[in-house]
Amino acid sequence: MEYLRPADWPEALAAKAAHPDAVPLAGGTDVMVELNLDRRRPGHLLDLGRIAALRTWETTARTVRLGAAVPYRDVIARLSTELPGLALASRTVGSPQIRTRGSVGGNLGTASPAGDAHPALLAAGATVEAVSVRGTRHIPIDDFYLGPKRNALAPDELIRAVHIDAARGPQQFAKVGTRNAMVIAVCAFALALHPHTRTVRTGIGSAAPTPVRAPRAEAFLCGLLEEGGHWSSGAPLPPSAATRFGELAAAACAPIDDVRGSAAYREHAVAVLARRTLHRTWNAYRTSNDAAITGGEPPCA
Amino acid sequence: MRVNLTVNGRPRTADDVWEGESLLYVLRERLGLPGAKNACEQGECGSCTVRLDGDLVCACLVAAGQAEGADVTTVEGLAEADGTLAPVQRAFLDAGAVQCGFCTPGLLMVADDLLASHSNPTDGDIREALSGNLCRCTGYEKILDAVRLAAARADGTAPR
Amino acid sequence: MTAPVTGTPRLTQHAAPADGRIGASTPRPDGTLKVTGAFAYSSDLWHEDMLWGHTLRSPHAHARILGIDIAEALTVPGVTAVLTHADLTAATHYGLELSDQPVLAADRVRYQGEAVALVAADHPETARRAAARIRVAYEELPVVHDEASATAPGAPVLHPGRTDHYAAHVPHPNVLHRQPVLHGDARAAAPTADVVVTGDYETGTQDQAPLGPESGLAVPAEDGGVDLYVATQWLHVDRQQLAPILGLPPEKVRLTLAGVGGAFGAREDLSMQAHACLLAMRTGRPVKMVYSREESFFGHVHRHPARLHYEHGATRDGILVHVRARIVLDGGAYASSSPAVVGNAASLALGPYRVPNADIEALALYTNNPPCGAMRGFGAVQACFAYESQMDKLAAALGMDPVELRRRNAVAQGDVMPTGQPIDSPAPAAELLRLVKERPLPPERPWDTGPADAPDLRALPGGLSNTTHGEGVVRGVGYAIGIKNIGFSEGFDDYATARVGLALAGGEPVATVHTAAAEVGQGGVTVQAQIARTELGVPRVALLPPDTTVGSAGSTSASRQTYMTGGAVRAACAAVRDEVLRRGRARHGWPAGELRLADGLVVTGDGTAVGALADVLDEGPVERETEFRHRPTQPFDPHTGQGLGHVQYALCAHRAVVDVDTELGLVKVVELAAAQDVGRALNPLSVVGQIQGGSTQGLGLAVMEEIVVGPDGRQRNPSFTDYLIPTVLDTPAMPVDVLELADPHAPYGLRGVGEPSTLSSTPAIVAALRQATGRPLTRVPVRPEHLVGRA
Repeated sequence: MEYLRPADWPEALAAKAAHPDAVPLAGGTDVMVELNLDRRRPGHLLDLGRIAALRTWETTARTVRLGAAVPYRDVIARLSTELPGLALASRTVGSPQIRTRGSVGGNLGTASPAGDAHPALLAAGATVEAVSVRGTRHIPIDDFYLGPKRNALAPDELIRAVHIDAARGPQQFAKVGTRNAMVIAVCAFALALHPHTRTVRTGIGSAAPTPVRAPRAEAFLCGLLEEGGHWSSGAPLPPSAATRFGELAAAACAPIDDVRGSAAYREHAVAVLARRTLHRTWNAYRTSNDAAITGGEPPCA
Repeated sequence: MRVNLTVNGRPRTADDVWEGESLLYVLRERLGLPGAKNACEQGECGSCTVRLDGDLVCACLVAAGQAEGADVTTVEGLAEADGTLAPVQRAFLDAGAVQCGFCTPGLLMVADDLLASHSNPTDGDIREALSGNLCRCTGYEKILDAVRLAAARADGTAPR
Repeated sequence: MTAPVTGTPRLTQHAAPADGRIGASTPRPDGTLKVTGAFAYSSDLWHEDMLWGHTLRSPHAHARILGIDIAEALTVPGVTAVLTHADLTAATHYGLELSDQPVLAADRVRYQGEAVALVAADHPETARRAAARIRVAYEELPVVHDEASATAPGAPVLHPGRTDHYAAHVPHPNVLHRQPVLHGDARAAAPTADVVVTGDYETGTQDQAPLGPESGLAVPAEDGGVDLYVATQWLHVDRQQLAPILGLPPEKVRLTLAGVGGAFGAREDLSMQAHACLLAMRTGRPVKMVYSREESFFGHVHRHPARLHYEHGATRDGILVHVRARIVLDGGAYASSSPAVVGNAASLALGPYRVPNADIEALALYTNNPPCGAMRGFGAVQACFAYESQMDKLAAALGMDPVELRRRNAVAQGDVMPTGQPIDSPAPAAELLRLVKERPLPPERPWDTGPADAPDLRALPGGLSNTTHGEGVVRGVGYAIGIKNIGFSEGFDDYATARVGLALAGGEPVATVHTAAAEVGQGGVTVQAQIARTELGVPRVALLPPDTTVGSAGSTSASRQTYMTGGAVRAACAAVRDEVLRRGRARHGWPAGELRLADGLVVTGDGTAVGALADVLDEGPVERETEFRHRPTQPFDPHTGQGLGHVQYALCAHRAVVDVDTELGLVKVVELAAAQDVGRALNPLSVVGQIQGGSTQGLGLAVMEEIVVGPDGRQRNPSFTDYLIPTVLDTPAMPVDVLELADPHAPYGLRGVGEPSTLSSTPAIVAALRQATGRPLTRVPVRPEHLVGRA
């Protein structure tokens, strides 16, 4: 095993181009587990620790460009206004010690269906800034997850940052685990309301081979909000709406039975989480001032 | 490879480090500092918690090479140079928070860090801060007592 | 200490002295080392020129070994030795009770993870890479994984040709041991019961999960022997098994206890001990072995998973008429301590209740599942979950309060156990239930601490995962009580040895205590020193490291060490005191009659000083070694289960208060109150710590802890990622009531304290979950899908 320690970003890209098998190492919270448990012996480790820019972020009114190695701790402490869903998800990652080191870039690189950040990214809307010596690609988050622990990165690409739409409406994230802290998701659900476009987006974790959205649930909710004039009225949703939303979210799952939970339970739990997060976000929307100001915006696509 | 770092205020060098080694292995097996413990080596127990450039981390998940040039504090560095125990160390002893003691070094690092930033933590704050550290002996009650005791002593509401 | 302290013991009889004598919450003598990182655990050891040992294990649960090729492994640079079964030159098998487990597998592996070969190398990674190059040809065999497959016609017999003394009494060679207990006449009584409830229960495989991994350092000695520094529960039984394997006389196998990172039964059997010694003797160099967490799951025995069938009959007034019980324990591939676990399950199957008629059968199977043996609670845990579930079911059928039903049937001193053994010391079952029942209940909705839209997630089921803000949360309350035997039972010659010295150091008398008792965290060292201070009246006590240069202390298990090694230290102190007084009477004319040692002086009954220790120690130190035995026990009759099998009984009761997210099946245990009779609390703080720790392991079994084993015999979650033990956000406040009702047969009246709280914690929590959800919940750990009916 060779340990590569590039001094800057171009050097890192050159190293990755020269050694496509090199495993990027930032917080180490995934990679080191595999090394310690003798699961993986890559030819090269690519330590990104000297590239300070990866641990910084830039905020505009519309987006946050989150450096790939910004630890979850900073997302929780510094970005909960812009990225409320991701901040909630970040608080459920591992332990405080893990959150000090682990990052959204690492979650994306590993691309485990159980990664806690994914549902929040899917719901918020995001693009992954993938860079190689060949140039930069912006991969929509919806296209990023290809399979269990497989993502859309080319072998020579590294994640520089993820661009996440700054929240303009309420967002929620909830995760089921069989312990009250430090637990891998049995399933997770994220919901973001986007009043400015009168859209909603969802994200589901650990209930399919990849993180997924629930398009039919989103379409149902969009239609319901639009037809009922809810965006402008802020009126409460009919009780059946949350139930139906939950059912459609569950229908988007393709879960398996495993040691962490049964497939039937996962579908059930996703429905419950969808219902609850809808209640929370809609109540937050109603009680905010947003309802009054979105009347003129275009309807959902 | 060679790794240079500062541990508990002293510059240290480890040679012939295998590239896949963790900071934990370097501390324990190369630098003679076995205080940080090797209970799971997958970041699920907190027993290897050390301070790395000011941050609490699981030393098992830090590659040795990532510690190059870093400033590391381990449980061996908590007490004062003359051996006077840190307040959290004393509180753990006084409250009966130590049984087998294997989790103790990690918990001490976390508790020390918590009390440095929160002078009067609520029980919820303490539990959340300690939630990455497993203890198999105590059921945590005496550990909570210890942190409460150290906090109370720090703000003068408990005798030292 | 004015900080809020939960779990303050309610001490009923003794004011706590502050002088480090018994009854005081004396600090641990090893505490400062442990908080400074200087305490040397078995995985911390280092020796110049040492090698790292590594074990190659079977990937299959059952397979024939057709051949092992180590040639390629030997060529890896840095590798010093590779050993297989072919390299064993003496005994090839070992075991705590039956020598049925291969040191290294020869022609057959019987469980996934069985040791097949060993490597010694200059670095752990070198050893791992070399082990990966050992080629083992396996031919997989059909797997025996439960009672049906173990006893089916044509089932593979795991240990053919058994000659052990259980073999004559078992219905099938894959049944390791079967113990019936017949009491009264259940068949005749059953039809007279007004109400009968039956139930089938199941407990999963629990892991002790001590945080310290199996580890140690073997150092070859110039005399051809070996010195082993290791974390174990019983140095002498390790040596008893090691010496034949190494082909050495016992005195050349010297063991010293290294720091132990918890045990809970996981260190009763050998793990790396023989392997490290074999490598050290082969290479002539010190060899260190440290298991990874994953390897630890394969490297020690677990708590037996069990299936239990119960039938309880009672009168309309809730008086028990009869119980029938059948308990099937899966012992896995090798015997370990399964026979004794069977004895406990059978003899304690009814719980702390008066049952006039009982028909009990308990048995352990040989299967290709992970070997099972000792874990805190040892057979009594599984039974307690079933009988307490039954008591709740019976209470419901009778329309009676579950605590009242228990009270009406609770044992007390003078009652007779189903084995025919009378309970001849206090057994305050009803009082313990009253104590937990009468505690004020914790407040509802503990998460409502701030604004309505910002609940404290940490107080909710799901915790930080943000699953509920109170939606679907229902509270439940449940009760349970359990009974555990203390000490080794069934006629075992159980003893402990202590060597106590008294000498002058700098003019001051200092006591030394040397035992082989394994300090695994429980605080045995603290208590030993307290006893010496109490008996010898000296403040200064030095504890020597436990090793095999002193006689056996027996095992640190069965809640026995304070009783046994504590008893031995006390007896040795008495012998030292006798010699001190003999010298003083001879030299200084100290009076006959009762004299005590206090504060370095020799005093009469009324406190008058007649001399000082220094007056007689100036002629040389006094040292005495004493063996202490509890009163003898008897084996259980193999057909009726009758016999005075146990040394002492101990009781603990719990009340669990839970909040359940009834839609998601997530649980927050809000409070877990315990009440336990400890006879005499030698160190009250340690006593409470033991009760809280045991309660928490019971909590783990109730809601999260299970090694999931597939029908292929393979473990599916051997890691701390998926084998979950409670975090501080899963454990509740645990107030403890400690009763001190002396057992006249025991030293100081004490009652072993380590295990009882592990029994009743689990069923109390499950009872609370049943109350919250209305579901039957017959299996532990209860999983979220069981709480919402989506298994």
